[in-house]
Amino acid sequence: MNDVSNLKPAPEADSAATISAEMPAQEAESRATISADPPAQEPAPKADSPAKILAGAISNLEQKVTVRNLNFYYGDSLALKNVSLPLCAKKVTAFIGPSGCGKSTLLRVLNRMYDLYPKQRAEGEVLLDGVNILRPEQDLNLLRARVGMVFQKPTPFPMSIHDNIAFGLKLYEKLPKSELADRVEAALKRAALWDEVKDKLYASGLSLSGGQQQRLCIARTVALQPEVILLDEPCSALDPISTSKVEETIDELKENYTIAIVTHNMQQAARVSDHTAFMYLGELIEFGITAQVFTSPEKKQTQNYITGRFG
Amino acid sequence: MAIYDARRRWSKFYLGLCYLAVVIGLSWLAIILATLLFEGLRNISPAIFTQMTPPPGADGGLLNAITGSLIMTTLGVAIGTPLGMLAGTYMAEYGRYSKLTFFVRFINDILLSAPSIVIGLFVYEVMVVRMGHFSALAGAVSLAVIVVPVVVRTTEDMLLLVPDTLREAARALGLPRSIVIGKVAYRAARAGLVTGVILAIARISGETAPLLFTALNNQFFSTNLFAPMSSLPAVIFQFALSPYKEWQHLAWTGALLITLAVLALSITARVLQTQRRAK
Repeated sequence: MNDVSNLKPAPEADSAATISAEMPAQEAESRATISADPPAQEPAPKADSPAKILAGAISNLEQKVTVRNLNFYYGDSLALKNVSLPLCAKKVTAFIGPSGCGKSTLLRVLNRMYDLYPKQRAEGEVLLDGVNILRPEQDLNLLRARVGMVFQKPTPFPMSIHDNIAFGLKLYEKLPKSELADRVEAALKRAALWDEVKDKLYASGLSLSGGQQQRLCIARTVALQPEVILLDEPCSALDPISTSKVEETIDELKENYTIAIVTHNMQQAARVSDHTAFMYLGELIEFGITAQVFTSPEKKQTQNYITGRFG
Repeated sequence: MAIYDARRRWSKFYLGLCYLAVVIGLSWLAIILATLLFEGLRNISPAIFTQMTPPPGADGGLLNAITGSLIMTTLGVAIGTPLGMLAGTYMAEYGRYSKLTFFVRFINDILLSAPSIVIGLFVYEVMVVRMGHFSALAGAVSLAVIVVPVVVRTTEDMLLLVPDTLREAARALGLPRSIVIGKVAYRAARAGLVTGVILAIARISGETAPLLFTALNNQFFSTNLFAPMSSLPAVIFQFALSPYKEWQHLAWTGALLITLAVLALSITARVLQTQRRAK
């Protein structure tokens, strides 16, 4: 607990500084792009559709993932309705919205996690570096190695801390022992867990606290060096101290990775994300630069949700 | 207050009935164990473990029966466990939503409660009659037929207890299904899987009926799988019914040995299960 003192202030001051410092630049950027022609690959935006917003501020950033006209079905029920949005490279995109609005579903489409279960299917396109990952011949294991995912509840494997990370690594790369150890260490450092576990790498992963377990799961995902990281409410089972550690980790990770995070915590979305997507009843209501979505949302529903009037 | 007092009286009455039922149930167990210990220990001696079953009127031991039981039980488990594990794994991991799993589970439940004498008769028909003689192999196969449904059941149940979030987490790393099952699901369910096998061993180590139809019995020491083989249950059956004092004593000792072995296995299984829950 002696590390409590140096935890909280840093990231908050950081993100506040980031927002104020970056705001003018981003607005300039958005003004610049409104006059420019929308890129050809964008779906023709209907008047007043969320797609119009895409065409604006964010569209000149590099898109790592592009979701186009995505419909998703659980059996016969439609869970995502014509969702289109980009995940920009090396940015954090937050998905917010009330429970059951389709945030997690959308996330699970991005690495085709839904494919594990029968009767779930997606229509439309999800482009990863321009290639549609929804096409049937997509190799799912390779896709998931490129698009990593961290879940709501920590899910360490029933093996040692070291093996939790080495396990996936060994499957994709033939590494000599020393290099394997280096990669494990690097991953644990990335997830801000190294200092806490370096003396007990061979203890069971289950012996860690909840927050440590979650960071172990992040380390495990990072170790494979994916290009995109999906975080499904990664802090909902964690206490505030662990949460702020995970958020720091996210902040560091976005220098190298494209990140999507589902969260129920408005402050968290505001703190960690560059872009925010607000979803409601399976539809994408609003998508834009986080600071704009939170300070001057275009839609009434977004404003109501953010200010806590429903959801 | 009258209602409350009446309720208290009824509560005490029923509680009393519960205690009575427990005492009756446990006292049978205690009486059985006490009799076994008394009769079995009275005649226990090193000869039990070094000498063969004797002809009537002579002293002897149970070495051939103990060896035979160990061989056939081991072989039965060795045949039955992989089959049961593979079937259970299919049901829990691959065919969770398929019709086949539903039917297999239904049939497996029937097999689970099939009278062992029927299984003995079945193996007698398909193996002993075809081969023309009784054999230890037929005995082991009939025991394996009893092992399979037990292991199928526990394997499926234990794998279903492994949370899907763990499987999803492993699949999210891009691990193929086979590795997720072999390295993650099995490992998470390990204690339960081992418990299932131990319970199966406990179950077959006392089986008599199927062995009488298949391995028969053998007065001499034999490790030949294609010849009749002695076993503790068969010897107990034969000796306990005989009029000879020495044979009856040996039957008691054999019964004690089996009971202690099963007891030890059950306790091990129980301990493993509590450990799993504690995790």
